[in-house]
Amino acid sequence: MTISPPRPVGPGAGVVGAEPSSAPGLVAQVAAVGRRSVTRTLRQRGLLIFPLVFPLILFAINGSSLSAATKIPGFPTSNYRDFALALVFIQGSLFVSISAGTDLARDIETGFFNRLALTPLRGEALLIGQLGGAFVLACIEAVVYLLVGIATGVVIASGVAGVVVLMALSILIAFGFASLGALLALRFGTGEAVQAIFPLLFVSLFLSSSSLPRNLIKVNWFREVATYNPMSYLIEGVRSLIITGWDARALALGFGFAALLVLITLALANAAMKSRLVRT
Amino acid sequence: MSHGDAAIEVEQLVREFRKGPRAVDGIDLAVSPGEIYGFLGPNGAGKSTTVLMLTTLLPPTSGRATVGGFDIVRQGSQVRSTIGAALQEAALDPILTGREHLLLQATLQGIGRTERTGRADALLVRVGLTEAADRRVGGYSGGMKRRLDLALALVHGPRILFLDEPTTGLDPQSRAALWEEVARLAHDEGMTVFLTTQYLEEADVLADRVGIIDHGTIVAEGTPAQLKAEIGSPSVEVSPVDADADNRLAELLAGFGPPTRNGRGSVTVQLPGGEAQLADIVRALDQADLRMASLQLHQPSLDDVFLAKTGRKLEGTGDPPVDDDQPAATGRPGRRRRGR
Amino acid sequence: MRGFVFVARGVAWRSIHNTLVSPAILLPSIIFPLFFLVAFAGGLSRLADVPNFHYGPGYTAFVFVFVFLQSAAFGGVFTGFAVARDFESGFARRLMLSAPRRSGIIAGYAIGALARWSITGTVVTVAGLIAGMNIDGSGTDLLGLVGLGIIFNFVAAMWGCGVAMFLRTEQAGALIQMPVFVLLFLAPVYVPLTLLTGWIHDVARLNPASVVLEAGRGLLAASPVDVGLAFGLLAACAVLLALFARRGLASAERAG
Repeated sequence: MTISPPRPVGPGAGVVGAEPSSAPGLVAQVAAVGRRSVTRTLRQRGLLIFPLVFPLILFAINGSSLSAATKIPGFPTSNYRDFALALVFIQGSLFVSISAGTDLARDIETGFFNRLALTPLRGEALLIGQLGGAFVLACIEAVVYLLVGIATGVVIASGVAGVVVLMALSILIAFGFASLGALLALRFGTGEAVQAIFPLLFVSLFLSSSSLPRNLIKVNWFREVATYNPMSYLIEGVRSLIITGWDARALALGFGFAALLVLITLALANAAMKSRLVRT
Repeated sequence: MSHGDAAIEVEQLVREFRKGPRAVDGIDLAVSPGEIYGFLGPNGAGKSTTVLMLTTLLPPTSGRATVGGFDIVRQGSQVRSTIGAALQEAALDPILTGREHLLLQATLQGIGRTERTGRADALLVRVGLTEAADRRVGGYSGGMKRRLDLALALVHGPRILFLDEPTTGLDPQSRAALWEEVARLAHDEGMTVFLTTQYLEEADVLADRVGIIDHGTIVAEGTPAQLKAEIGSPSVEVSPVDADADNRLAELLAGFGPPTRNGRGSVTVQLPGGEAQLADIVRALDQADLRMASLQLHQPSLDDVFLAKTGRKLEGTGDPPVDDDQPAATGRPGRRRRGR
Repeated sequence: MRGFVFVARGVAWRSIHNTLVSPAILLPSIIFPLFFLVAFAGGLSRLADVPNFHYGPGYTAFVFVFVFLQSAAFGGVFTGFAVARDFESGFARRLMLSAPRRSGIIAGYAIGALARWSITGTVVTVAGLIAGMNIDGSGTDLLGLVGLGIIFNFVAAMWGCGVAMFLRTEQAGALIQMPVFVLLFLAPVYVPLTLLTGWIHDVARLNPASVVLEAGRGLLAASPVDVGLAFGLLAACAVLLALFARRGLASAERAG
């Protein structure tokens, strides 16, 4: 194996006094990093399968196991799967969070982050671009969950327009959780720290109106916790489109909390990025 | 070298970490344009910390430095556009191909769309990765990864190149090929190369000048020939059959020069009078009835320079890296830096 | 025989010691069952109002039995994770080199799993009592419930050990955990078997975990049902999976 004789690699290459090239614009930077993020996500098929399959397994099991709940007086639907489908979207978002976070943490751990830091890449571009892969995963999940739901007999009460709004809301929620994953990766720099949040998110998902409507939760303290738990409103926003139709309040709360999640986590992740991207 | 002539100039650079010693404790150095400067020292000496500061990834605690004429603290972005760096980790994405890495790097460096592909192709040819260009990096060997690392550092045509232990873990053939390329970059293309290494041979063969760092300070600096000439004399390493006889051995050898114990019972002594003293030593050992397991004559090496300056050998020594407060951007565990 | 005992004791000691000194190992095995108890008893108690839901001790006791047995199963699963880690790190090779009777290694892991579950099971039981769970069963009934848990723990530990020894990598974690998880949830978790409908009813009817679960609930309610069948099924699984684990060990020995 030999390395070939040297050839010039560009204007001023290796020549003392060569001028530096100008930095690309923000959009170009986001596009470049985003392209890499999407490529990585699509090439890791094993990591695509679990986030798709596991929530659907739970949907299949709980959708049938809890069908007796529809016999509780006041239950909003006669098909528990209509009720349960919303949870699948939120569970999928948690996996998006882990995926986005661990990808970024891996870059930090391997030193690839340093490589990017040596380019004119701006922190905001790196953050938004890195979330590109998460965005694609969220889109794939939303489509698959919806199709499976419909195939198993779920009826979307809000119709075709509602499907569009449902996809938008679920992708927004996933984006918020992806930013959370990115925040943890930037704050702690390890995949373990990102993974450690998963049980907490999983717990908060259960301490909500994930399995029964809030008004039917019998235990007072549990109902109080579910009422104060933002997860309840994320789930109820998605659920309202499936079983109610157009519930302005539920949608406002769902979108509101989702937007708040995105704003807060993105702002904190951006601050963490500035701190992590130590360059003079 | 006067101020402004140097490609890299460092004055009293310091880097302190909380809960640890000073990793870099006031170093001064200057590197001429087109020179290969070898920064040699054991693990934990402060080599990588110095590189991180000079490449603007870690702010110094105090001191100043310029790289390519730009201040590393106040003109960080200009420094980064002037330098290429292949840091200690190969820092590659195993999911992407070699070509994708180069295109990404070229894009981020602001190289225009029409030029990117051509530049990537040229670099792939240059580092001998054309056939593997479209394979994922996860399947590359260590040598291939290092070559890609070098190519990525050259994408934007820098005039100063930082290489942090570039041949660690490579087989001899890959190492030799990389040395060849680095020498060509410097001597044929006039690139300034700042190379850190813990391998004596690498510094000896490649570097025009060597700075030896230990515990954060430069203990010796000069061309390899100058440094070895400072030591001047050869040395002899004597290992007794009875490892417990090292005290007697050291006493006896003290008559020829200051002895240094190497552990495992062996003792080294400089021979100011040259190789001719060897016969006298053998006679003295015989008269003292000290039986020897081995007796080795060493010509001065950079290891001897290190030994003379620090009292211990370079190879096989060195403190473990300070784990607390490692630079945040490398992702090593520890507290994060607050950057400027 | 002495060699077997020494090896088992040594491996069990290490397993128990590591569990006790590493919160990262002990806490998840306690927290998750507690969480499920809270989530189910707190969030789903309204299911007891479904017509034909009959369970004397109440809904908290109903889900407690599931959580109790699930914690036993997962105590075994976590032991499988530990075995996989030992192979990944190379420590398992040290064990195999030092052990005069290697089957003692499996026994040691099983004892460690049981010790881990004794802590978890106690915590979950105390939590259930604090949550107001009613116990209608007698001391013998409760011993029967604990007995079911012990064998269930052993069964899961043998499964985990076997998979870990065959695959000898931490990636085996998902393969160890998922079948146990799915098996448990394809049982009457939230409502009795009689209230399940559709495909889940058919699957749960054939699921051996359902027999164990219903037997446990019967013991707690002082109306035992299919207890003999439950113990028989668990004993059969224990024998089969112990052989499976032994085959796994042989596979690891051949791999060196």
